[in-house]
Amino acid sequence: MTPRTLVVVSAGLSQPSSTRLLADRLAEATRRHLAAHDAGGREVTTRVVELRDLARDIAGHLVTGFPAPPLREAIEAVERADAVIAVTPVFAASYSGLFKSFFDLFEPTALVGTPLLIAATGGTARHSLTLEHAMRPLFAYLRATVVPTAVFAAAEDWGGDGDPLTDTLPTRIDRAARELATLLLAGTPAQAPAPAGEAGRAQADDGERAGNADGAADGRAAEGTGLRFTPFAEQLAALRRR
Amino acid sequence: MQFGIFTVGDVTPDPTTGRTPTEHERIKAMVTIARKAEEVGLDVFATGEHHNPPFVPSSPTTMLGWIAARTERLILSTATTLITTNDPVKIAEDYAMLQHLADGRVDLMMGRGNTGPVYPWFGQDIRQGIPLAIENYALLHRLWREDVVDWEGRFRTPLQGFTSTPRPLDGVPPFVWHGSIRSPEIAEQAAYYGDGFFANNIFWPTTHFQQLIGLYRQRYAHYGHGTPEQAMVGLGGQIFVRKNSQDAIREFRPYFDNAPVYGHGPSLEEFMEQTPLTVGSPQEAIDRTLTFRENFGDYQRQLFLMDHAGLPLKTVLEQLDILGEEIVPVLRREFAAGRPADVPDGPTHAARAAAERQRRAATPA
Repeated sequence: MTPRTLVVVSAGLSQPSSTRLLADRLAEATRRHLAAHDAGGREVTTRVVELRDLARDIAGHLVTGFPAPPLREAIEAVERADAVIAVTPVFAASYSGLFKSFFDLFEPTALVGTPLLIAATGGTARHSLTLEHAMRPLFAYLRATVVPTAVFAAAEDWGGDGDPLTDTLPTRIDRAARELATLLLAGTPAQAPAPAGEAGRAQADDGERAGNADGAADGRAAEGTGLRFTPFAEQLAALRRR
Repeated sequence: MQFGIFTVGDVTPDPTTGRTPTEHERIKAMVTIARKAEEVGLDVFATGEHHNPPFVPSSPTTMLGWIAARTERLILSTATTLITTNDPVKIAEDYAMLQHLADGRVDLMMGRGNTGPVYPWFGQDIRQGIPLAIENYALLHRLWREDVVDWEGRFRTPLQGFTSTPRPLDGVPPFVWHGSIRSPEIAEQAAYYGDGFFANNIFWPTTHFQQLIGLYRQRYAHYGHGTPEQAMVGLGGQIFVRKNSQDAIREFRPYFDNAPVYGHGPSLEEFMEQTPLTVGSPQEAIDRTLTFRENFGDYQRQLFLMDHAGLPLKTVLEQLDILGEEIVPVLRREFAAGRPADVPDGPTHAARAAAERQRRAATPA
């Protein structure tokens, strides 16, 4: 059986980084829950995408419009993942620019239905709603399935008991990881293919074609090319139906 | 196999001097470059179409008509004609007129354009880019092939009993390429009509264009126009050459680093590794261009981008001398070697008119 793939995106910049630390704790907890609840016992492979290593390629892609090979490989890994953990430091009341720039490179339908856990780090817990006012809407736009618990780790969370009136960081990590594992094991709606370019964007917003019984919205796979396309007669017919 | 150049028509400051040519200088430079292309033995000159600064070629048939009057053999083409925002009726008329004036030395490359606001400026919606390209071309295709057209579609006023004049020269419409950087729909469209497919081959890695061309060849055969190997493929390319590689790299680097399209991003070396850009000696340009056949199969047309990013006219003309004298003759020889006999040459009016005469002679009246 093919292993499940868990892809962790970390936008931490320092080495070592607390963002990566949080990402690793979340990945470890998710693997634990998967192992505990997956009767089939499928292997889980974890891939960490450190955006710091891709910073120049991300800027290059924004400028040239195409990804350098290491970046393409990272984007494809996230697109193919069975579940994604996305973690960013909070900069100026939001996700970091590098984090946003990375997800700006995805086709709008590339993450539809992907179980996704959002998390962030910051100096103080006063930044924690960044997860709800910035991160969650971003992935709502991309129509990933985001788990209810978003994990924020303030500096103080890493030592002592944190805020005595809220759950501790390990408790929140555990809850979020359990939610992600549950979602992954439950299976999510079939992921739509990611049609390329403007056509993809047009199709994503096009109810008539998306509901087309003959599957025109999904297109046909062209043998040996890795491309999907809509046969020309169907393209013409779609115009006439208006 | 045809060789030529294509130009975007950008007005860009020369980063080494800070000087920006005037629109007039740039327009005159473009036509000088086109005449030089014929002089050095190239086959094709193609101009872009743009409707916003810093680009000058908003009126391609005016420019190509001027060039047609001052050249003898050069095929005049576009890269690209905006099939999305131009009225297909006007494209049919303008390019048929140009085809007559140029005695058939005209073809076109259809594209959708790359600047968002151009769509609303011409009353269209960019989200309809593909449907516009499909419907407008379907009409253009008929206007050149049917003397009287009744037509109704989504994007344009219906036509009743319309005849586009002049009728195409010798009853043979200009050959059409469909250009695309990203969209499989356009490869499919080109295949459906048995038209050419042109892969820009500049901004994306080879593997990406292999997919698009692979799809186009497969579907060309599916629609019964010939074998996949007989499909009409055109490719872009970009070179800057000097006798010594290091001189080429030293001279071109400031233009690359500040180029409007990809400057301030990857290094020149990274870009050369990831895309078909070649900056080096003529031999390096030859070697790199020969890999295109390995990657995409035998093809019909190779166009090079030579005159952008603020390169001065004098430099561009020197580049064309090298291209015409040292590079293209070798490429012609090498590409001809081992080329299967049933792979078609680049499209010319003469050959297509002869085929049309033959077809008519074979069809009982």
